[in-house]
Amino acid sequence: MAEATMEHDAVHGLPARGHGAADAYEAPLLGGYSKKVGMWLFLASDSLTFGALLFAFSYNRIYTNPWPTPFHAESIANATIMTACLLSSSLTMVLAVLAAKRGDRPWIRNWLLATMVFGTAFIVLHGMEWSKLISEGLTLSGFASILGVSKTATSGELAVISKNIPQFPQAFFGLTAMHMLHVTIGVIYLGVVAFRKWFLPALAVIWIAGALLIPSGNVFHYPVHVLGLGLLLAVVILFLKPKDYDAHDVEVCGLYWHFVDLVWMFIFPLVYLMSTKVS
Amino acid sequence: MHDIATHDDSKGQYFWVWGALLILTAIEVVLGYKQVFSAVRMLEVLLLLSIIKSALIVGWFMHLKFETALMRWLLVVSVVACFVIMYFFFFPDADRVQPPPDGVGIQQS
Repeated sequence: MAEATMEHDAVHGLPARGHGAADAYEAPLLGGYSKKVGMWLFLASDSLTFGALLFAFSYNRIYTNPWPTPFHAESIANATIMTACLLSSSLTMVLAVLAAKRGDRPWIRNWLLATMVFGTAFIVLHGMEWSKLISEGLTLSGFASILGVSKTATSGELAVISKNIPQFPQAFFGLTAMHMLHVTIGVIYLGVVAFRKWFLPALAVIWIAGALLIPSGNVFHYPVHVLGLGLLLAVVILFLKPKDYDAHDVEVCGLYWHFVDLVWMFIFPLVYLMSTKVS
Repeated sequence: MHDIATHDDSKGQYFWVWGALLILTAIEVVLGYKQVFSAVRMLEVLLLLSIIKSALIVGWFMHLKFETALMRWLLVVSVVACFVIMYFFFFPDADRVQPPPDGVGIQQS
């Protein structure tokens, strides 16, 4: 254990401490360093959040008969590409962790950047899917007016589903919005770890560009300000911890990113594949 | 101490896991789109494939396979136990509300 503490101290540049002192070391909990154990515990609690949402979705699904099956081949193909993006992002993330273990800084940044690109592609594809479904009439009562959505069809298959089976849009948007928020937070988290303060102007530019370019009738016109909130949090975090993030931080943010991927492995079959339109 | 991954970290195993995940996803898509099975059987098969995929992600990508046995068991047992409790709360009631004729109520158009 003392050996472990000395290793831990060496990693963090702390002076070695004696074996016999009462406060000689903090025992590593569960065999891992505290940040990693903390992230695992957060992910365990977050899995219950998504678990509850998936159970609620399944509950709706069971007691609503017939359950709508609106996803045509185009939607399934889009969701499959989104899944491939997330799986590929997990591969690049694990390569970033390996680079961190080697202490290879350029490749840490390269792999983290690749992970961010895949994550951003997922968000963009998902946003396009949402916009398409909403424009075809899939929406919630009150949801469209709160978000200022103006372009919503009032007739057609999806509009009928929204009117007669509101459980479907409730479950679909609730679950996928929660996941999309997690992916967005994940991309910002990776950006902060990879580029630190240099990421802040890039995030600010993306936020302002999004706010200016997304038209007022679009569902993301107001939610794009989540990026502004993320920017504020990133500024506070970098002010409080203006350090160069080490290999531990890369591994811990990797845990979060893989978890986001993991959750989608359940959302994709349950939400999309079980609601496939058979042509 | 089991600090930053101290196991065999050859890149090849991660590419294999990534390939396996893509293949499993392709199988899911084919099964889901072709609706090879009945609704209930489809749900069971898709959930089984999802559990296999999540085990690959948690075990290899998240390195839980290489953590201490105490950490592995504590995390897995506690989370699974919570899901089992949720299952017993939700599903008997969902069936009580309206038992669907074919189990899950997938629309066969």
